[in-house]
Amino acid sequence: MSKRQKKIITLAAAFALMFGIVPNVSAMHIMEGYLPGAFCIAWGVLCVPFLIAGFMSIKKTISQNRKLITLLAMSGAFIFVISSLKIPSVTGSCSHMTGTGLGAILFGPASVSILGIIVLLFQAILLAHGGLTTLGANVFSMAIAGPFVSYGIYFVCKKTGVNKRVSVFLAATIGDLFTYCVTAVQMAIAHHADTTIFGAMGKFLAVFAPTQVPLAIIEGIITVVIVMGLESYAKPELRAVGFLKEAK
Amino acid sequence: MKKTVIALIIAVLLIAFIPLFALKDAEFGGSDDAGSVVVEEVDSSYEPWATPVFERILGGELPGEVESLLFCIQTGIGVGIIAFVMGRFVERKKWMKEDTNDNH
Repeated sequence: MSKRQKKIITLAAAFALMFGIVPNVSAMHIMEGYLPGAFCIAWGVLCVPFLIAGFMSIKKTISQNRKLITLLAMSGAFIFVISSLKIPSVTGSCSHMTGTGLGAILFGPASVSILGIIVLLFQAILLAHGGLTTLGANVFSMAIAGPFVSYGIYFVCKKTGVNKRVSVFLAATIGDLFTYCVTAVQMAIAHHADTTIFGAMGKFLAVFAPTQVPLAIIEGIITVVIVMGLESYAKPELRAVGFLKEAK
Repeated sequence: MKKTVIALIIAVLLIAFIPLFALKDAEFGGSDDAGSVVVEEVDSSYEPWATPVFERILGGELPGEVESLLFCIQTGIGVGIIAFVMGRFVERKKWMKEDTNDNH
């Protein structure tokens, strides 16, 4: 293990512990019935273009190289696994990760919106987690906003020549965190009758963000591990999606 | 490489389980209800107008054990796919000549 990698791990651990130990409760997706009808429709409509773009993007990827379907399935499965694991956090409550960073880095953010909606539908219908009425809002935060931020960060890191693993870590971590920030904002826009919109936003952020920080770091690390695994075993696929550049 | 992976996995486990031991009297639950608590705080007049489909069919809350079963199914499906694909990749690498050719 090189010095730099050691430094990254220490930094991540310190970062996770820094966010004090304050018993609190938190939430993940927006619960069924917790957004007024108009908001449900608005968020849903907002998602449609992204979903269409995602569908086309996946179709294009598959038609260009059928073998990529394995990697795509894996990105989807990764979201499935990661978002089903509820992990205790420093705030004394559990939350789960999004897992969308991997797909966003490999296939671009639009494709992830399709993968994400599958997971969210599964959870909304079978697990009473999230909801059908709030599906649009949840898709927007988890499967669109998060992945786009992940992709953006990865892109910037790549352009500025940051170490690949560091950029994967940053992309997955910040994308995960951003998902929950978006959720907080969505909740605040809909619910601020008793305070101002920003007061409500602060409250929701205070509930979502601290719980999510360590989990976001975990997600970052797991994504790096998966990418390392893929780098050693799935070189042709990674090259085909443009993750690995050097055509050896 | 192998060492890095192991170190990373240990880091993940530490971050995940330290809170469990550090906060002995915390509840670690009610994650879904928590958001509703805040809604109560900032918008007390709001009434949720829909309930989850599954709960409506059952006419009540999903039992905790059943919920964990369903979560396990979700994890199982995901892990199954990842393991299958990864297994294929690993096997394939054995047959490929040092990743020089991109043959399909």
